Amino acid sequence: MSKNNNTSKIEKSLKRRYLKENIFKASGYASIGIAFMFLVVLLADIGIKAMPAFIQTQIELKLDLSYESLQLNPESSVAEIKKVDFRQVIRKALRKQFPDVKKRKEKKQLYSLISSGAEYQLRDMVLENKELIGNEHSFNLYADDDVDALIKGTINRKLAQSERRVKDFKISLIEVLEKNNQVSKKFNWTFFSSGDSREPELAGIKGAIMGSIYTILVTLMLSFPVAVAAAIYLEEFAPKNRMIDFIEININNLAAVPSIVFGLLGLAVFINFFSLPRSAPIVGGIVLSLMTLPTIIIASRSAIKAVPPSLREAALGLGASKMQTVFHHVFPAALPGILTGTIIGMAQALGETAPLLMIGMVAFIVDIPQTIVDPATVLPIQVFLWADSPERGFLEKTSAAILVLIGFLIIMNALAIYLRKKFEKKW
Amino acid sequence: MKNLKTLIAIAALTTSLTALSAGRDYISVVGSSTVYPFATVVAEKFGKSTDFKTPKIESTGTGGGMKLFCKSIDINTADMTNASRRMKSSEFKMCQENGVKGIVEVLIGYDGIVVANDIKSHTFALTRKDLFLALAKEVPSEKDGELIVNPNKTWHDVRAELPNVKIEVLGPPPTSGTRDAFVELAMEGGCKQFPWIKSTKKKDKTKYKSICHTIREDGAYIEAGENDNLIIQKLQKNPDALGIFGFSFLDQNSDLVKGAAIDGSAPEFESIADGSYPVSRPLYFYVKKAHVGKIPGMSEFLEEFTSHKAMGEEGYLIDKGLIPLDEEKYQKVFSDVKNLSNLSL
Repeated sequence: MSKNNNTSKIEKSLKRRYLKENIFKASGYASIGIAFMFLVVLLADIGIKAMPAFIQTQIELKLDLSYESLQLNPESSVAEIKKVDFRQVIRKALRKQFPDVKKRKEKKQLYSLISSGAEYQLRDMVLENKELIGNEHSFNLYADDDVDALIKGTINRKLAQSERRVKDFKISLIEVLEKNNQVSKKFNWTFFSSGDSREPELAGIKGAIMGSIYTILVTLMLSFPVAVAAAIYLEEFAPKNRMIDFIEININNLAAVPSIVFGLLGLAVFINFFSLPRSAPIVGGIVLSLMTLPTIIIASRSAIKAVPPSLREAALGLGASKMQTVFHHVFPAALPGILTGTIIGMAQALGETAPLLMIGMVAFIVDIPQTIVDPATVLPIQVFLWADSPERGFLEKTSAAILVLIGFLIIMNALAIYLRKKFEKKW
Repeated sequence: MKNLKTLIAIAALTTSLTALSAGRDYISVVGSSTVYPFATVVAEKFGKSTDFKTPKIESTGTGGGMKLFCKSIDINTADMTNASRRMKSSEFKMCQENGVKGIVEVLIGYDGIVVANDIKSHTFALTRKDLFLALAKEVPSEKDGELIVNPNKTWHDVRAELPNVKIEVLGPPPTSGTRDAFVELAMEGGCKQFPWIKSTKKKDKTKYKSICHTIREDGAYIEAGENDNLIIQKLQKNPDALGIFGFSFLDQNSDLVKGAAIDGSAPEFESIADGSYPVSRPLYFYVKKAHVGKIPGMSEFLEEFTSHKAMGEEGYLIDKGLIPLDEEKYQKVFSDVKNLSNLSL
């Protein structure tokens, strides 16, 4: 009797319970959907804005590099070539193509078709291949950022003259060049091969990428051994006493400290006290490793904790010392977890700006850093600096730099997943 | 074991690095984010056209730059600092006390602060008094000596000739030098046109400052962060709003936004240069004399920065939105730099 009663009760509640489950499932789907939608919108927005940054407008000009016009002779040294006024060479070619442009103001417009960095581009090409000197050659020179924007369509030609940056006269010049097929759109290698610049058409991300790599390397070299050693000691060797409890609490607290505090610490200790150079990846790396230490320690400890005790007991039972047990059995088994924690810590460090603000890495640096003591900046700071620049061309560069940063993060996370899959053991 | 080894490695690294950093071979510049866009252009040109390394320019803000600059005479401290206002006497004293004795002051030009809105929207012709009445927290009532909480909701309330749109101004936060300059030049400029407020200045300077310098907090003035590009984007979305930012951003975005005339003078290159546009400020940089000759390229960099082709009337800095000095002032700056004349305040 009572049994029957229970069954009917259960049957009655069944529908309600299924409904609850379905509602829960649906809300789960909805949250994933919303999160995914935000991500797609964000990435699509950045991606669309970034696209023009990967294309560069170049203008082909026939330049007279004869010995007379460069005032050189076949025996000229590198230093003499460096002194040549290549800007005049370019301007002469422009005047030759547009002989009707006579007024001073119009000439200024004409010269501004070509980027102000083109003279150095030309100089570097000539220095690389000295055989160019003596003849007339066609060169693809960087177009000015306004011309670039017009060709890409970022500036609308159809707007009234007063509402656009490029005036009618300049457009008429560009149209002549277009008719002669002198304007071409190329993949923007400069963006990946040069350092920062104040001209959008010359600005590149390589300096920031190298800065990020050096900084992350220093962070990894410092934080990985220290954090893993600390985690192993705390999990396997440390006695249970108040002192160790105190240390544990502190490590957990450290993980919650705002990152700017580490920057202040870095400024006070490493720059002011140890007088390390400002803006250098070494200081950035040390500061970021302080920040990532607790993350790696906590992740490593839980990885070590997850190794089954039977493994340790078996090793000890067969006569291994404590140290042999740890380094031969526990550590390899915990390695995938430790690596995942480390890479997540590194990814966090890669995107960090606040602590680097204090140690002078928010700086304009053109030269690509060669060592960890050279002044450098990092990817997220480059994004910040470009976002704050008045020139319109930096808008697309900003988005492109964000894409590069996201690319790095994806690579690091993929590496974490790969390492975990490769070394993971199931028991 | 591992721990110990790392520690030793760090210690060894530190000692070797300290030795390394002593021989710095690039110029280090700190300071104002307003001067940053100009200093960086010169630095880049300098790096590309000479065999010296490109100077490193940090954007630390004027005050932060002064602190770093005046810290000591040590070769590892900054060689120059940019400033969007003149060095204060307190900062000069700090420098002197820390042994930074020889300082060269270089006035590079002017920067205008503009009030602008969307190009398709109303055209504003404002006065400094309008700006004060629209943006101050408390404004004078009809009775002399009495202040009331700012009742103005629309520009029409401020002055009958102005368009009837809600007062909504996007501007920089208090940490910004642009904000300081705007408050000092525009707000205070309008504020002291009330005779009784002007007379308070002598009696009670703090009160005078709090009347003239306090911006309203009821939502009419919106702090939009330090990023001027963001303000311009927001202006396009909201045609009724006005934005406050530097002239170089107006110059670069003249197809999107237009500047309001202030006291009858439009924010144009010529009017800022001749001083008729009232909201403009001088830009400086300061040089540590003791480092000239020790850091390679210092005197050459100074020469490039103060050359005619950089900050002269047709210089490349002018293309970037800097307002040039008149010939007389330029000659003085030029000779000051040539002789490395000491600054005295």
